[in-house]
Amino acid sequence: MAKAALTLETAAPMPHTASSLPDIHLALRGVSHTYPARADQGPVPALGRLDFEFRRGEFFGVVGPSGCGKSTLLEIIAGLVTPTSGTIEMEGRAITGTVADEIGVVFQEDATFAWLNVWDNVAFGLRRAGTDGAEIVRRVDQALAFMGLTGFRGAYPAQLSGGMRQRVCIARTLVLRPRLILLDEPFGALDQQTRLLMGEELLRLWRETGATVMLITHALDEAALLSDRVAVMSARPGRLIDIVTTGWPRERDSTLVADPAFGALTGRLWALLRDESKKALGVS
Amino acid sequence: MIRVRAFQLALVGGAIVALETLCRAGIIDRFTMIPPSEMLLALAGVMGTEPWFWPDVSYTLGNLAAAIALSVAGGFLIGLVVHAIPRLRRVLDPIFTSYYSVPTFVLYPLLIVFFGIGPASLIVLGALFGIIAMIVATVTAIDRIPRVLLKVARVSRLGPVRTALLMKLPAASPHLMTGLRLAVAYSVIGVIAGEFILSTEGIGRRVALAYNNFDNQTMYALLVLILAFAIAVNAVLGSLEQALHRRWYRS
Amino acid sequence: MTARARLLDYVLLAGGLGLAWVLLFAWAGPEALSPPGATLRRVAEYLTSPQFWPHAAATGIAFAYACLIALIGGLALGFALGANRLAGQVGEPILSSLYSIPKITLYPVILLVFGLGISAKVAFGALHGFFPVALFTIGALKNTSPVLIKTARVLRLAPLATARTVLLPAALPEIVTGLRIGFSATLLGTLIGELFASDQGLGFMLIRAMEAHKVLDIMALTLLLFAFAATANMLLLAVERRMHRR
Repeated sequence: MAKAALTLETAAPMPHTASSLPDIHLALRGVSHTYPARADQGPVPALGRLDFEFRRGEFFGVVGPSGCGKSTLLEIIAGLVTPTSGTIEMEGRAITGTVADEIGVVFQEDATFAWLNVWDNVAFGLRRAGTDGAEIVRRVDQALAFMGLTGFRGAYPAQLSGGMRQRVCIARTLVLRPRLILLDEPFGALDQQTRLLMGEELLRLWRETGATVMLITHALDEAALLSDRVAVMSARPGRLIDIVTTGWPRERDSTLVADPAFGALTGRLWALLRDESKKALGVS
Repeated sequence: MIRVRAFQLALVGGAIVALETLCRAGIIDRFTMIPPSEMLLALAGVMGTEPWFWPDVSYTLGNLAAAIALSVAGGFLIGLVVHAIPRLRRVLDPIFTSYYSVPTFVLYPLLIVFFGIGPASLIVLGALFGIIAMIVATVTAIDRIPRVLLKVARVSRLGPVRTALLMKLPAASPHLMTGLRLAVAYSVIGVIAGEFILSTEGIGRRVALAYNNFDNQTMYALLVLILAFAIAVNAVLGSLEQALHRRWYRS
Repeated sequence: MTARARLLDYVLLAGGLGLAWVLLFAWAGPEALSPPGATLRRVAEYLTSPQFWPHAAATGIAFAYACLIALIGGLALGFALGANRLAGQVGEPILSSLYSIPKITLYPVILLVFGLGISAKVAFGALHGFFPVALFTIGALKNTSPVLIKTARVLRLAPLATARTVLLPAALPEIVTGLRIGFSATLLGTLIGELFASDQGLGFMLIRAMEAHKVLDIMALTLLLFAFAATANMLLLAVERRMHRR
């Protein structure tokens, strides 16, 4: 992966360490969600009552057994789904049910537009927002350089690997300068080695932009490695079991896997999750 | 789901009622169309009283059965061969993609010269119409057999015959079912169109006769019959096809 | 797949068909078929004859009208049913069932409604082409990956902008497939209409030849029609394949 030649312009001032952050960037208050009844089944409680907060500029991980509602949680925060009860507040303003400004989302599935090349894909959001042409060129070139995609600017998604396509999606989100970035298992389809390297990219992006990042992942080690704090969710309907603070320094990379604290953290997450995962699988 | 069905019923029912009203009110004149209710009555009448009805129906059904058997069996076997020889498949590909764009029925006069006027040329016409659909479906079906099943068969040491019967055939069944449905649909068109154009017996011929004699009662009665038959057969085969697709392919 | 190998395939196919033709002629005799050479000469005669082209034009005009109705109408209905979930759930099965009706059952009805003449021909053509266009368009819109729509929402695009910049380009390859099939079906329908309902056009020439048992004419016209339909289909297929490749 190419090293970034430029640093990315930041939209917010860069904090020093996670622990010195006083601001609450996003808060969930009493959020729960139930899917309505359908012809063949009754109402399904998907997400149990949730109350927690993201601090500005932190890297917040969310783990939980399959089906616990992690993706629903992300869609509620992104404003794609209105929760059946509770509110989302961003910097004190209620944003429940609407897509707030300055939120960027990277989905699990490939969201690249097959009919546009890499450059046009990344420029898409800016063009729709009516940004001035020269500014678009500047930002897109910068994002491509940052994500190591400059050599592929003219390529089409079909010619790229899964990991590269996710990088295109991340770049497309980046150019919009979001202050809150939500990622739903973005590396789920990739192999472990690629995931570790992409995790490093994500950390670099996080440091350079100063954005608040929420990462949903089923991989405990990924959450333990990348996050400042990790929320552990129960089996469906997902409620918060605990929030684990990792205490990592801001400048970190994948070599952290050799640190003994990393193993202890992963072990702690699993200890919290093991029984819930068994419940989700239906194993007693 | 219930809401959807209700809408559909309302739509179809409404269309039929509208047609009935327009016909009875004289806005659609009797020379063009008779009211749907009269079509059904005429059909009942034709079934009960006309001496030619059952012989012509069995003639058409007999031809149809033979055409279907020919196109399905022939299409399946040819499909197996075409799939087994990739070069052949590539060479024949333009025929498969263009076949249903060209007016194949123009070959009917040639068939008559070969087989004479009678069931044979009708059966061959119907079979020719349906066979390509079956060939293409068979080739696709074999393509779509998951490779991993074949590996399981080899590891389980099943042998070629049992592999074919226990693994390949079931795995290919959704697309083979599609081929069957299409072959049946096309054979129906081929046989009845052939009877329309030139025949001495059969339901298609009766429709042509009724049309030429301005006998709208008989004509519409028979058209309703053909319509109901085609819809029923397609619905049955279609639901079988969907059931197989659901079992084999999660959507 | 090199271009040379593909060319060789076409040559093999043409050669194979030609050989089958010659053998068939040898077996069946001049009562049933005409040989390739004579047929091609007749085709040349047609193409250079002043009586031929008015007929071809008649077919062409009817075909153009029918295409317009089938393609535009099919796209419009396809979009309407594909964009709205309930409308699609209600309408698509009905459309699918109508498509499965053997259209021959409607021929007498069309003749009675439109009479003999160009409107019947256009009706036949449009009827054949309308359904595949509509059904493929619905399928294309339904099969659009939900993540693309979620992306549009997260980017806060207005519904019209989403349709124009995301849905339409995403659905385009499959829509083009529908247009190709609709094009071919419309041609077929127009010709069928000419068999039954016209005193002009290539279909009419064909049926006159059939009634007069003029084997040479039948084969020459058939060859012309086959060649035109097949070529048009191949061209559209090439366009379609280019769309799907991305």
